[in-house]
Amino acid sequence: MTIFGVALLALCTLIGVYLGDLLGVALGVKANVGGVGLAMILLIAARVWMLRNGKLGHGTKLGVEFWATMYIPIVVAMAAQQNVVAAVSGGPIVIIAATGSLLICFAFVALLGRIGRRTAETSPEVEHGGSVIGGDTDGEPARPAPALATDRR
Amino acid sequence: MLHMIEHVFVEQSLVTAFAAVGALMLISNFMGKRLTRGRVHGSAIAIVLGLVLAYVGGRITGGQKGVADIPALAGIGLMGGAMLRDFAIVATAFEVDVIEARRAGLLGVAALALGTVLPFIVGALTAMAFGYHDAVSITTIGAGAVTYIVGPVTGAALGADSTVMALSIATGVTKAVMVMVGTPLVARLIGLDNPRSAMAFGGLMGTVSGVAGGLAATDPKLVPYGALTATFHTGIGCLVGPSLFFLIVRALVG
Repeated sequence: MTIFGVALLALCTLIGVYLGDLLGVALGVKANVGGVGLAMILLIAARVWMLRNGKLGHGTKLGVEFWATMYIPIVVAMAAQQNVVAAVSGGPIVIIAATGSLLICFAFVALLGRIGRRTAETSPEVEHGGSVIGGDTDGEPARPAPALATDRR
Repeated sequence: MLHMIEHVFVEQSLVTAFAAVGALMLISNFMGKRLTRGRVHGSAIAIVLGLVLAYVGGRITGGQKGVADIPALAGIGLMGGAMLRDFAIVATAFEVDVIEARRAGLLGVAALALGTVLPFIVGALTAMAFGYHDAVSITTIGAGAVTYIVGPVTGAALGADSTVMALSIATGVTKAVMVMVGTPLVARLIGLDNPRSAMAFGGLMGTVSGVAGGLAATDPKLVPYGALTATFHTGIGCLVGPSLFFLIVRALVG
C-alpha cells in the first residue's frame, strides 16, 4: 500500500530529526546536527534491507518516490518565499562576503572533484534516480530492470 | 466575485500552492523548451522565476517571506517550508546509489570542513575590511557567510548587536540565492556532473536551500548526494561558530 511508503518516509524523517536534536544537545549546540542527513541514511538502510528481503512492494516504492518527484516543485515554492528583498538590498559588505565565499567554494568543488576521480560513467541506478527526482516519468530511457538493482549489492 | 475567489484561495491554501507552483513549472518548462531550445533546464527557470516573485512579493507586502506573505498565496509558505522541504529531501535518498555514496564519504567530510572554514574566513576578512574590529561582530558576520542559520545562532550566543545580526543573516540569504542561480551556470566549469562532485559541492556550499535549489536546477540526479552532506553543514557551523571560531578570532584581534 502507498501509505506504507509515505509512513516509512515519515518515520525515517522523524527519527532522523530527533537524533539530530539529541546530537545537538550532546554537543551543546542550539541547532539540529545533521537530522535530515541521518534520516536519509536511515531510509537508504531501510531500502537496502527491504530489497534484500523482498519486502519492497510496488505501493511502498510509489509512496516514497512520489515525494521524491515532488522535490523540484517544493524547491520552487521554497525559492518563492526567500527574503530576496533583504538579499538584494544588503549593501557592499553583504555582496562581497557572499560572492567571495561563493567563488572560493566553487573553486574547491572543482579541486575536490578532481582528486582521485574515478570513471566518469554514472551507473544506471544514478540515472534512474535522476529521472525520478526530475519528475520525468515519461520520455526517459527505459528504467533498468529491478533485478539489476538487487544484483548490484 | 473576486472576493469569493480570494476566500477560496485563503481557505484552501496548500491546494492553491500546488496549482500555483504547477502553473509556474508549466510556464518554465515551456520557456525552457521554446525560448532556449532546451539549453536551460525548466526547473532552473522556475527557481529563478520563484526568486523574482519572492522579490516582488517582498516589495508589495514589506514582509520577509516573499510571496508567502500575500494571504492568497500563504500556502506557498507551507509547501516550500522547512517541513515539506526536508520531507522531500529525505525521499530523494531512496534514489541513492549506496556504492557511489560510500565511495565519496571521506571526500564529503573534507568538503564539510572546508565549507565551514573558507566562507568564515572570507566573511570575517570582509567584516574587518569594512571597519569591524571587535571579535563578536567579526565572528557573527563570518558565521553568516557559512549559512544564514549559523549567523544568527552564533550572533545570539555571543550577544552581537542587531545591525550586525541583520548583516549576518543578509549575507547568508544572499549566498543561498546566489548558489541557486549560479550553480547551473558554473556546473560544467567546476565538473559538477557526477555523484562524487555533488557530495563535495553539498559539503562546501552548505546552505541546504541553496544546494537544494542549485542542484535541482543543474541536474536532478545529483540532488540526493549533495543534500546528504549539506544537511550536516548548518549543525557543524553552529557548533564551531560561537566556540572555536570565536576563540580564534578573539585571540587574533584581541
